[in-house]
Amino acid sequence: MEHTSAFSLPNSGHNRDAEASKMGMWLFLFTELLLFGGLFIVYMVYRSLNPESFLLASFELDVAMGTFNTVVLLVSSMTIAMSITAIQTGNAKKSIFLLYTTLGLAIVFLIVKYFEWSAKIHHGLFPGFEVYDNLPPGESLFFFLYFFMTGLHALHIIIGGIIISVVIYRTKKGLVNKEKYTLTENAGLYWHLVDLIWIYLFPLFYLIH
Amino acid sequence: MTSTALNLNYLQAKKGIFSWIFSVDHKRIGLLYLYSLITFFLVGATLGVLMRLELLNPGKDLFEAQTYNQIFTMHGVIMIFLFIIPSIPAVFGNFFLPIMLGTDDVSFPRLNLLSWWIYIIGAIMALSTLLFGDGPADTGWTFYAPYSVKTGTNVTMSVLAAFVLGFSSILTGLNFIVTIHRLKTPGMTFLKMPLFAWALYATSWIQLLATPIIGITLLMIVAERVFGVGLFDPSIGGDPILYQHLFWIYSHPAVYIMALPAFGIISELLPTFSNRTIFGYKAIAFSSLAIAFVGYFVWGHHMFTSGMSGPARIIYSIMTFLVAIPTAIKVFNWVATLYKGSIDVQPPLLYALGFIFQFMIGGLSGLVLGALATDIHLHDTYFVVGHFHYVMFGGTGFAFFGALHYWYPKIWGRMYNKLVANIAFFILFIGFNMLYFPMMIAGLMGMPRRYYDYLPEFHLPNMISTFGSWVLAIGLLLMLGNLIAGFRRKREKIARNPWGTGITLEWQTLSPPPVANFDRMPVLPKDGPYDYDHKPEIKE
Repeated sequence: MEHTSAFSLPNSGHNRDAEASKMGMWLFLFTELLLFGGLFIVYMVYRSLNPESFLLASFELDVAMGTFNTVVLLVSSMTIAMSITAIQTGNAKKSIFLLYTTLGLAIVFLIVKYFEWSAKIHHGLFPGFEVYDNLPPGESLFFFLYFFMTGLHALHIIIGGIIISVVIYRTKKGLVNKEKYTLTENAGLYWHLVDLIWIYLFPLFYLIH
Repeated sequence: MTSTALNLNYLQAKKGIFSWIFSVDHKRIGLLYLYSLITFFLVGATLGVLMRLELLNPGKDLFEAQTYNQIFTMHGVIMIFLFIIPSIPAVFGNFFLPIMLGTDDVSFPRLNLLSWWIYIIGAIMALSTLLFGDGPADTGWTFYAPYSVKTGTNVTMSVLAAFVLGFSSILTGLNFIVTIHRLKTPGMTFLKMPLFAWALYATSWIQLLATPIIGITLLMIVAERVFGVGLFDPSIGGDPILYQHLFWIYSHPAVYIMALPAFGIISELLPTFSNRTIFGYKAIAFSSLAIAFVGYFVWGHHMFTSGMSGPARIIYSIMTFLVAIPTAIKVFNWVATLYKGSIDVQPPLLYALGFIFQFMIGGLSGLVLGALATDIHLHDTYFVVGHFHYVMFGGTGFAFFGALHYWYPKIWGRMYNKLVANIAFFILFIGFNMLYFPMMIAGLMGMPRRYYDYLPEFHLPNMISTFGSWVLAIGLLLMLGNLIAGFRRKREKIARNPWGTGITLEWQTLSPPPVANFDRMPVLPKDGPYDYDHKPEIKE
């Protein structure tokens, strides 16, 4: 923004400030944690109220697919971290390649999720189906929380994918480079959060026995 | 650069509606918020007057019970989510925080504009329930389950509106925290910040850390309504008490989102009009953080009668009493600031004094509700309604009006008629107390809240209350009319420091400020922001 006054202040909100952007991202991640935090509380309360039904219902989930997806996300967290190092050392080409890899892994995660979900829906384990409506309350709660929480998480994966695409585009245009790479760092922070939340969702739904 | 360009202030710099609604200038965004907030406030106030009219006599006066339920819900949703939560931070925080810190904008100007747009979208969603769907929600602004998942009215849209508005609140809070950390002028440390900035800092943390919980809770209400799953409905396996916990985990801290910025305003008004330093700067600054912190652990006091274990109730009650300590620290420091000051009774000071008086009644009646034995008697009675309005309207509302009168010459470079402003204040003050004090008495007598009808023995307090609502409405119209008339008054040059005793940085720049906020480097007082012994001289 052009100022009409000849005098200019030492601190300006219109200056580039990498520290501020990162601080803003960290604060935003706090809110994301709390968003899922509310759901974790609900999960905890209903699990403690219906321990048997939750256990029974959890056997329906496919641990192999869940484990595969966990590995996919962990690897994608690594590739995005590597792409930050690449751009810091000025290797834009390598950074873009690693971002594409991360994006690819995100898509793999979503495809696996799609098959998991459609298998559950195929078995009628979704609200509105007869099988679901005849489940004991604890089990129907488990499946609903499963869809709600992994669904919200999948939404975050999609948003993360869009953010990564923006980073790729801007890196290609040279707007993200060796001097200015806050965008890549922030995308990485967001992606690690998405990963982190899955690290909690996975044992809660698939592993606790 | 021509000399005329140099003289343009932020109001003149660009013309046309688009230069406003797409502006990233924090001052213009503050005014966008102000105009939208006042509009919604007037809608909410009209609904309030209608409710009082219905309650003038026992039995049906104006409309059916169902309509009454929808009106009080709409009144609550508008006043809470559209007016009082954004009020002071979104308007005066946006406008004055960067100026008080000596910078030219918030850290993320575009995010700031986005937050206003999100606010407008949320507002349109909330108001659309009046016209579309199955009518506005009839659940009360708390959307308590299981009724909120069963009623046929348009709860889904109201709840989604509150969810969207939460994002706007989060973005504003995030922006302020980063701004305060990154953009203070050289030489200004945390302990040299104005107290309004401190209050906003504490508020922003609550906005950031509490709002997501209500967001996800409201989404669960929507999911339950859409999919018919028993998250909160006990008949299909849900737990309605869990909803109340999740709701109040946000909504009690939200009370401090509404109150803390008002404390910040009062801490600015009192030094200016007493022409002396604030008493207990650090105590006031840190008590804001203490309130924000302890305020997280008291939500259970909304649920003393909902079913909770004895020890839990006692702990929540003790924690509630703890909040009173930092709050009382503030009140004592404010009164001590007035002591031996050279007091200049101007309209903003009247609002500050009105605030202290009414907030004390509101705060002390809060302790009556925080005590377990008395709460069992008073829970869900008009005493709660009276208490809440004393704190929110008598407190935050009056602080908002005080801030409007205080910064009016700085924002618009005009002045209102002070005599009319004083008269309007006294009408408001009388009307306010006439409206809400009888509610406390009716509550003590046992009148339940949210009822459409009442027993004949509650007639007198209800009648006085309704008369009070008319006085209050006249006061509001006179106050707003006077402020609007101020725009039309013959233009006189407003000095940089029109009150003569303002000491924070906004009084060192032009009225109204230039686009970049300052036309020369602001000078900090030597020992802290309220150092009246070393007040920088302000040349025109």
